[in-house]
Amino acid sequence: MKIYVPRDAAALGVGADQTAQAIVAEAQRRGIAIELIRNGSRGLLWLEPMVEVDVAGTRVAYGPVQAHDVAALFDAGFTAGHPHPLGHGATEQIPYLKRQERLTFARVGLTDPRSLSDYLVHGGYRGLASALARQPADIVASVTASGLRGRGGAAFPAGIKWKTVLGAQSAQKYVVCNADEGDSGTFSDRMLMEGDPFVLIEGMTIAGLATGATQGYIYLRWEYPQAKLALEAAIAAARAARYLGQDIQGSGKAFELEVRMGAGAYICGEETSLLESLEGKRGQVRFKPPLPALQGLWGKPTVINNVITFASVPIILDRGAEFYQHFGMGRSRGTLPMQLAGNIKRGGLVEIAFGMTLRELLYDFGGGSFSGRPIRAVQVGGPLGAYHPESQFDTPLDYEAFAAIKGMLGHGGIVAFDDSVDMAAQARYAMEFCAIESCGKCTPCRIGSTRGVEVIDRLIAGENAAKQETILRDLCETLTYGSLCALGGLTPYPVISALNHFPQDFVKPVTAPGAVG
Amino acid sequence: MIPIKVERQSNLTAKEQSAVLDACVRLKGLPGALLPILHAVQAELRYVPKDAVPLIAKELNLSVAEVHGVVSFYHYFLQQRPGRQVLHLCRAEACQALGSMALEAHVKAKLGIDFHGTTRDGAITLEPVYCLGNCALGPSLMIDQQLHGRVTAERFDALLTQSLERS
Repeated sequence: MKIYVPRDAAALGVGADQTAQAIVAEAQRRGIAIELIRNGSRGLLWLEPMVEVDVAGTRVAYGPVQAHDVAALFDAGFTAGHPHPLGHGATEQIPYLKRQERLTFARVGLTDPRSLSDYLVHGGYRGLASALARQPADIVASVTASGLRGRGGAAFPAGIKWKTVLGAQSAQKYVVCNADEGDSGTFSDRMLMEGDPFVLIEGMTIAGLATGATQGYIYLRWEYPQAKLALEAAIAAARAARYLGQDIQGSGKAFELEVRMGAGAYICGEETSLLESLEGKRGQVRFKPPLPALQGLWGKPTVINNVITFASVPIILDRGAEFYQHFGMGRSRGTLPMQLAGNIKRGGLVEIAFGMTLRELLYDFGGGSFSGRPIRAVQVGGPLGAYHPESQFDTPLDYEAFAAIKGMLGHGGIVAFDDSVDMAAQARYAMEFCAIESCGKCTPCRIGSTRGVEVIDRLIAGENAAKQETILRDLCETLTYGSLCALGGLTPYPVISALNHFPQDFVKPVTAPGAVG
Repeated sequence: MIPIKVERQSNLTAKEQSAVLDACVRLKGLPGALLPILHAVQAELRYVPKDAVPLIAKELNLSVAEVHGVVSFYHYFLQQRPGRQVLHLCRAEACQALGSMALEAHVKAKLGIDFHGTTRDGAITLEPVYCLGNCALGPSLMIDQQLHGRVTAERFDALLTQSLERS
């Protein structure tokens, strides 16, 4: 009998290892033979550790299961899928999961991430097989036609980037995966790498075939040790089965892959800074042009994309550009794995086609706030994303729709705050974060962020508030137009949106009635 | 006249010195070897000692300033010897939305230190971290690379007791 207990970091963080050990011990004590599989997370994170039992081919979910719940679950007959207060019935029928459109995350949570054969059984490497039978330009044309845009945040069309690299003449080209997922509120890269590392490897291999690159690097943040283990195990398995190496599946084509660890610098999620870091230097942003596609890693043409971008490629090659392109709205095609985070009742991963509204996501999926209080503000797109008030909750999840309200979808992180939030403190934090993480290259970002904290402090303290607000807005404009990259350029988003939508939080409360100054 | 500083004697023990040199020899053939070497040194010695910098610079044919510039750029590389365990507490927005600022105050008061500090008994070094990718189950912290989610003040106290017993 198969029992699944996730090895995903989020599940481990709430005791999945202890739960797994308790299940093994209890099964042994009762003389029940079980096969324990450590899968990725299904993404219903509020139910973690979520244990699944395979009952005649149907997986039945129980969660959150702590070690001390295990004996009672055995008593209730959970190994036969019997009811228990922690039971949720068939996993696939849980509305949160059933309503999703899982393309990129199709296998995450379903398969054993350490097993190549499991990957193959579930449709793995079919995209590569299709790519191996085609010309590079034809692969690139499929990616372009699918409408896939960079999922790291900037949403640049992936096909155009690949075409530039394909057209560049060089003896050596590189494929680099940006796995420096530093945005607060995001964890889709982590979940994918831990839950289905092979799909990332397959996507990067296809990128290599499409552009003529033979060496790949995954630049992974140190904060993800579980992802490192999963990737390294998968790379070794792929290499042993000749899905990586000098002669991929007898095609004569070569592609090698290596994981490199970051060291705690948010800026290294910016592509040129990441390349500097890979070269062994300080992660300082480069001027563009030259584009990394022409002069990237060690000055060579480089495809650099986010984890989810690469991981979306195999299904496009397997099912066709049209299949993928069919999902979505406007110029946002396909699906986006959204991440529901912060003060939310049912946090987790929701992969859906573009076009659903923020409100549907927050309430239909998320179930409102975790604290039970009203949701007052939502930050979309990471620490550089805007804070949205309730009046903007009906905005559809679409790159252009969010740009139109001076926000951004970014990497798909949604952080909910209840009504206890102090938006002036959040604005101040955004500036503080910029000061801590600035690479120091551009003056507006390096110094402006520190001055920004000071100005917000004076504004909150009510020292000549009108003047401080003018200075703050002016400073934000300087940051926007005077910074090379998105850190300095977008820090004004959370600051100004907080100021515009929640001005009352920036006003010093009157301490004593009648105390007129 | 500007007096030229004579390079002082290294304070590294023989064991530390060989750990640094071993990492260099093992990894310097990699393209962009500096970060992998620094990771290896920190994995072995738990920090990157100041006196390791000239050794690494020499092995990689870089200037001391270049290596120091890299070590000091990245928050993860510790330049001071840490406590027996390193506790990374998340300060990012998703954890803030679940009360991490109050938790932060509790942690600092309980340990009697601020960020980058080490408790007087040398047990724990407290470092801030900006997102552990556990944003649906915050507040989060990591103790020696072990992630913990849904950390309340009470759960923190329990974790602290457990980890002190282990160390």
